[in-house]
Parts: sequence; structure tokens; C-alpha cells
Amino acid sequence: MNIETRREQFQPPSMLGNILRKLHIDIPLFIGLLLTSLLSIAILYSTGSQETAILIRQAARIGLAFLLMIVLAHIDPYQFKRYSALLFGLGIILLVAVLIMGQIGKGAQRWLELGFFRFQPSEMIKITTPMMIAWYLADQPLPPKAKQLLTAAILILVPTFLIAKQPDLGTALLVASSGAGVLFFAGLSWRFILGIIAALASVTPVIWHFMRGYQRDRVLTLLDPESDPLGRGYHIIQSKIAIGSGGIYGKGWLGSTQSELDFLPESSTDFIFAVFAEEFGLFGSLGLLGLYLLIIGRCLYIATQAQDTYSRLLASSLAFTFFVYVFVNIGMVIGILPVVGIPLPLISYGGTSIVTLLAGFGILMSIHTHRKFLPI
Amino acid sequence: MIDLRGKPKTREQEYNFSGRRKFLVLFMMTCMLVLMGRAVHLQVLNKQFLKAQGDMRQIDDVSVSAYRGMIKDRNGSPLAVSTPVESIAVNPKELKAEDKNQLRQMEKEFRRKHNIEKLTDRDKEQVMADFRQEKALKIRKMEKLLNLPAKKIANLLNEEPLRPFAYVARRVNPGLGDQIKELKLAGVYIEREFKRFYPTGGVSAHIVGFTNAEDVGQEGMESGYEKLLKGISGSKRVLRDGQRQIIDDIENIKAPVSGNDLELSIDQRIQYLAYRELQLAVSANKAKSGVLVVLDAKNGEILAAVNQPSFNPNTRSSLKESWYRNRALTDVFEPGSTVKPFVVAAALEGGYVSRNATFATRGVYQIGRNTVKDVHNYGTLDLTHVIKKSSNIGVSMMALKMPPKYFWDVYHRLGFGTSAGSGFPGEANGSMLNYKNWHDIDRAVLSFGYGLNCSALQLARAYTALADDGVLHSVSLLKREEDDDAVRIFSTKTAKSVRKMMETVLMKDGTAYEARVDGYTAAGKTGTVKKADARGYAENSYFSVFAGMAPANDPRLIMVVMIDEPSAGQYYGGLVSAPVFSRVMAGALRILEVPPDQEETMPVLLTQTSQ
Repeated sequence: MNIETRREQFQPPSMLGNILRKLHIDIPLFIGLLLTSLLSIAILYSTGSQETAILIRQAARIGLAFLLMIVLAHIDPYQFKRYSALLFGLGIILLVAVLIMGQIGKGAQRWLELGFFRFQPSEMIKITTPMMIAWYLADQPLPPKAKQLLTAAILILVPTFLIAKQPDLGTALLVASSGAGVLFFAGLSWRFILGIIAALASVTPVIWHFMRGYQRDRVLTLLDPESDPLGRGYHIIQSKIAIGSGGIYGKGWLGSTQSELDFLPESSTDFIFAVFAEEFGLFGSLGLLGLYLLIIGRCLYIATQAQDTYSRLLASSLAFTFFVYVFVNIGMVIGILPVVGIPLPLISYGGTSIVTLLAGFGILMSIHTHRKFLPI
Repeated sequence: MIDLRGKPKTREQEYNFSGRRKFLVLFMMTCMLVLMGRAVHLQVLNKQFLKAQGDMRQIDDVSVSAYRGMIKDRNGSPLAVSTPVESIAVNPKELKAEDKNQLRQMEKEFRRKHNIEKLTDRDKEQVMADFRQEKALKIRKMEKLLNLPAKKIANLLNEEPLRPFAYVARRVNPGLGDQIKELKLAGVYIEREFKRFYPTGGVSAHIVGFTNAEDVGQEGMESGYEKLLKGISGSKRVLRDGQRQIIDDIENIKAPVSGNDLELSIDQRIQYLAYRELQLAVSANKAKSGVLVVLDAKNGEILAAVNQPSFNPNTRSSLKESWYRNRALTDVFEPGSTVKPFVVAAALEGGYVSRNATFATRGVYQIGRNTVKDVHNYGTLDLTHVIKKSSNIGVSMMALKMPPKYFWDVYHRLGFGTSAGSGFPGEANGSMLNYKNWHDIDRAVLSFGYGLNCSALQLARAYTALADDGVLHSVSLLKREEDDDAVRIFSTKTAKSVRKMMETVLMKDGTAYEARVDGYTAAGKTGTVKKADARGYAENSYFSVFAGMAPANDPRLIMVVMIDEPSAGQYYGGLVSAPVFSRVMAGALRILEVPPDQEETMPVLLTQTSQ
């Protein structure tokens, strides 16, 4: 590679670009996130029976999350790398603490009461796990060999196990996939990947054996929701009905009857996509999917432009995790995946997940806006 | 290659693995395509089906009860009316589940009260506990309002499996329904219905009958005229929410069609008088039961038909089923001596005896190997005295003079052995042996009213042939002007002369002096019938019967009184049933404003006021 192509590759940014770079904001990503957040408020207005308290709370959370994102964007990625192991360790300690003295909430131990506010360590671990794996692999010869792989696997499985124990299957799944994402982007050989898939397939009956009753029900319900239309299949059937009754053009904003009349459970949290699809129809659904694709695409672009292994691995993994978020939630609402408690990212009502998500995007922006350029 | 960043940078280049990201983009695209395909599948291809499913869950057609027609007496007084009421039903499954809306509301209030933004789990538990307690209190309050035993509803929630639906109170006052509504309990449903109310209670209970909890006629005219009364229930389309509560009426699909009113021939005033007198007589004579029928002599309308024992159709939960029986129309008995006037009339009409024929009775009369007896030896009797003294031997002699076929034919045409045709459900036919199988003794026995049976209504109907100058009327429980089915059985002359004979029965030396009617002439015939049991005729149990009409010259009313097994000492028809006839007939004629035709027996007070 000669100096000319290098120059081409690192085109010095324009004036505006320069200013934005100073602000450490990535405009396409920022616009995408802002649009999605506004959609969130609009749909919550429709599902939450126009309760302003809910809207204000959600708006405040979004504002706070955006603030955190911008703050994180100003921190040099080098600092993230430096403190990766420390943050990860802290996360693990907090997770253990939750298990030991955590409060009971919704039948699962997830919260840590910190006097004036509550803290969900599993949310923090969603980001620190890929940071940790990326930090570990960045200084190892890549693609990873058996030794690195084993270490990484342990680093992923410990938090996954702790969260699954809470039990919070959805978050555990996200943590595991964020770690696995790093390994994948670090060039884990296809042979390993296929081997792991084969191994997973072979231990499925074992997993089935250890699954909780309600978790098994969810899988069975997916396979045949009509088997228990008023009980376990109720969620899926109602959400399919809501989506289907939206048709091509939808019933219009505030026009969803299925959630309005309380037929659709969890309509403002995990099943919010059904309301969205009922109100905005096929065009709306495809539009939202497109918006998500744009965000993920931009994240992957940031990953390709990253200048060191750590940044690239972390960025790729965060993009991948976001994708898993979207796919698992919509897949569940639309009835092709089992019901797992994962909210629709950036749209569902609920504080902690939106903060964590935007923190991740802050890191991505930091990676993108702290790139070094050759002086010309 | 120019090394710009030193060795590690080169490694960066090597370990970029951009292929992995390209693969991910492809993978993601595939996944998104799957989601989009599914969205198209649901929102375009399956749309109609899912939309219909959604509507099915929200929109529901419910039936709207129709107003049941009123049953009125001939003057329009109500005998059975429907009033709007409400029934309270519970869906235990829904009642047990936490009502999300209410819970949300309570959480909201809790936040406002304690001025906090977010509820801790402990707060939520507190709210849930409050919610459960409040619900338990509401359920208790509902039980109290509906007067249910404690825990009745609460216990429904502990059943396993839970029932999908249970009525906890039927037909309560709409005001009570509103109070229940105010409790705002999910899973409690209030249905508008109609309750049948019987203003006359037990007085007309047997004729009117009653309806069951579903508003369907079970007995009496309520059952017999069900189709006419019930109307057609309508339906309306409603919108339900996730808790299955009806939140809005969308449209009326079909308006309910009210049932038709039914106007009976009954005159409630006479019915009441008859009921009261019969009740007194049955209890004074310690009788098992009693019936009384009043017919309009001119057209066969049933003006009153009462029974003892009776029941209150408004509160009939713990009564014996036998009390529901309209004995006057459905139960048969052997009419005994009350048929004797027909024998005399038949013999006169057929010319088998002359008006001044005499019969040499000796107290005992041998027919083949059988013996017919009178109470006393009356010696030689003319026709009038055969009736007046109720001589079994006298009528037996007359019967034997008539050919069996002729005798049977008269009885048959008078309606013995065939239904009176009132249209009342379960109406009795009675029975009578065919003349082809008769021996002489059978003819004799039939002449004094054994060997056949009939209901009080059938007997009263047969008397119309004597009362309306030989014309037999059909009977009707519905009000009517003319009797289109009237048939002449006897000539006017025969009927008149037999009536004259029957007047003597009510004379001082007749068998039923007690039956005389103050202010009016009256004619009648007693019957004291030995009750048949398994071994033959019982020694000491009787039907005491009196059948009569008034005024005797131009009868307006016919009445049959039958009291079953009087056991307070008296059992002669002339002593037990005749006084009832006297009082009811006197009252009924005055109610109908029939001019008195016998001044000398008029009550003093009445004579004075009328002067």
C-alpha cells in the first residue's frame, strides 16, 4: 500500500465535518437514534392511554441517555480499552452482589438498591463483556487459538451464567451474543463455529432438561400457539392479530384497537412492535426495520473504519448485539421466535435498556470521532 | 508497501477480518428479509383472517330479552306481569384474576399519595395487598347486598377447576343491580331480564301457572300459551374490552318483539270470592283438597276455577309439586248423584218416561244379582221427588227403560269421557265404559254417577245443557263473546222442567237446603260419592259435590264445588259443598249485577237500600 492510497483512504474531513468531529457526534447515527426515540414517544402516547407521566418519564430517560452517549463519545477509546478489565470485574462483583442480597422484583433478582436509585448490573455487563473480550483478544495473536478461545469462553460464560441465574434469559442471551460477536469478528475459524453449533444441537435435549417450566412452555407455545389460546399462547395470538389487523396501511396513529381495549398484554414494553404494526401497517413495519438497518449499517461502517483491533472488535460486537436485540424482539412479537423478555431497542418503555443502548452508541461515536489522521 | 505505523499496524491490517463483517451484513439482510416476509405474511396475506379474529374478540352479539306478554282477566286486571329485573352472574376466572386497569389505577394513586415516582417491589406488594383486600371487601359487600350466605362468592373462586360462569342472584331489583355495578368488579356481569310477577298470588295460581328462571312457561296458561306470550328475543352488537366487559353498544341487530297479551275468561273478582270460600270450607271440613268451577251459563266461559291447596307463584321454592295441579281441570272423580238430572232429562227427552210418571221404590232394588239401595225407603216417587230425594232406585229404573245406546249417547254428547276442550295443558278426558259392554247393572250404576268419571270442569260444562235451555256449550279459558260450538242436547221444555225439579233440591226438605242463594232462585244437585280405592269403595271417605246454577229461571252462572274427603264429621254434599255454592253464587251474581229474582229471601239490608 503506498502513501497515495493511504491519503485517499484518510480523506481529511470538511469544515463541517471538522466541527462535528470536535463535538464527537456522528451525524448519521445521531439522526437515526433521534428518529427512533421520537417514534418511541409517539407510540407510547398511543399505548399508555395518553398518560403524560409515562411520556415525561420516558422522555427524561431518553434525554439522560443521549447525554450519557455524548459524554462517552468524548472519551478517547483508549481509555475504554484501559479500563475494560476493571469495569468488567466490577460488573461481575455487582452481579454476584445482586444474587446474594438483591431485591425481589417481578420474581427475578435483578435490582440493586443503591439508596436513592436502583441499579441493574446486568445492563452494565451488556457493554463491559464485549469490552473485556475485545481487550483480551486485541493483544493476542489472531485468529484466536484454543487457549484464547477457552479463556474468552470462560469470560463470556461467567456473566451469562450469573444473569441466567437471576433468571433473566433475555439479557443472558444478549450478553452471550455480544461476547460471541467479538470472537466471531476476531476471526474465529468456521470449523470452530460449526463445531459449536453442532455441540449446541447435541446438548439441546440436556438444555431442555434444565429449562424452567415456563421457558419450556414458551418454546412449545411458539410451535403451536393455538394449543392454549387463552393461556400461554395468548400473547402470541393477540400480537399476531394486532399486527395482521394493521394491514398494509395500518389503522393510523392512536388507531390500534387491540392494545387500546387491553387485548394485547405488555403492549408498551416487549410487545410494542405489535401496536406499531397495527397502527402503521406493513409500510410502517418495513420502515422501522429499515431504520434499524440503517443504524446497524452505520455501526458496521464505523467498525470498518476503526483504527485498532480493540475498537474494531468492540464496534462490530455492539452492532451485532443491537441487531440481535431487534431480531429477537420482532421475531418474538411476529411469532417466529419463542417469547424471550427482550424489549424492542430504543422504542419499548423502560429505563435501563435505553440508557445502556445509547451508552453503547456513545462508545461507537467515540471510536469513530477519535480516529487519527495523517498530517498532509 | 510503506510501513507507516510500524509492525503492529500491519498486524491490524491482517486481522481486520472485513470478510466477517460482510458476512454479517449478508446474514442480517437475510434475517431482516425473514422478518419482512413474515410481516407481509401477517399484514397482507393473512390480514382478513387475523382481522376477523380480532373483531371476534372485541365484537360480540348478545341477545336482548323480549318483554313477555301480560296475562289479564276478562276486565283487564293483571294476573301475570313482567317487570324489568337484573340477574347477577360471575365469571370466577375473571373475578379471581387481578384487574390490570384497577391495579394500575391504584398504583397511580399510591404514587400520588406518597409523592414518589417509581414504586419499589415492596410498594408494589403493598398495593397488591391493598388491592386484594379491597376486592375481598367488595365481594363481601356484594354477598351482603344480594343476601347471599357469607363466602358464597368467595368459595366460587376457590373451586378447582374454576367455573366459566355462575349465576349468583337471579332477578333482583334493578336498584340492587346498580349498586353491584358501582362496585366495579371485573368478572361480575349484570344481565337485564324480566321477572314474572303474579299480583293475585295463590288465587289464580293454578290457571295462570308460572314461568321458570329462563322466563319459559312451566305450568298453566303460561305454559299452554308460551308461544303467544313469549315474544321474540332480539340481539345487539356490543364492543368488549380485554376483560370481556361490555363497554359500548354498537348497533341493534334485531329489536326484540314483545309477546302478546293474553286475556282470560276469568273474572278476578269471582275468582277471589271462590278462592276465599273454598279455602274456608276445605279447612273447616279438614278436607284433603277442593275444587270450584264457575261457568258463564250463556257461553261456557270459565269465570273462575280455583283449587285447594294452592301456592304462591311468586315464592314457590319449597312447595310440593302436587300443589301446582289445577285439580279442577286435570283431576277426575266419579260425579255421583250430580248426574241424576241428566238421566231424568234423557228419559223425558227420549219419551221413555212421561212428565208425571211415578216410581215405586222400596229402599232396595234388585237388578240380577246386584242390589241398588237408597238411604231411606222413599216409597213411590214422582220425577221431582226422585231428584229432590236423590233416589238411586228411581234413576236406575229410568235408566233401565232407556236403550243402552241412547243412554250412552246422551252422556257422551254431554261430554263425559271426552275432553272439555278448554285448551289447558293436562286437561282430563274422564272415562266411561262403552255401552256394548254394559250389563243392566252398569246402566243403573251410571245413572247415579258411578262407573264413569270426569273433572269438575266437565261436570260444570254438562250442566250448561240444563242451564241454557238444552244447549250444551263448549268451555273457554279465553275471553270470548259467542260460543260457536254450542249444540242442543235437550229441548227447551225438557231443560226447563228438569231445572224446576232441581229447584226443589234447595228447598227446606230437599238434600241441599244449605245451597239456597239469598235473593235468587237457584237449582242444583248434590252428590256424595264414595271414594274408590284399591279394594273397591271405601267406607268412610267421600267426595262431597254440589253442582248448581242460578237464577233458576234464566241461569246466568253454573257452579260445581267438589270437596275431597271432608273429615270433620260432615260429608254429605248438601252439607259440605252446598254452603260454598250458596255464598259464592250470591256474591258472584251481585258482582255481575244480575237482578235478584226472589225478593222474600233477600237480605234485609239489601232490601232496604234498594227501596
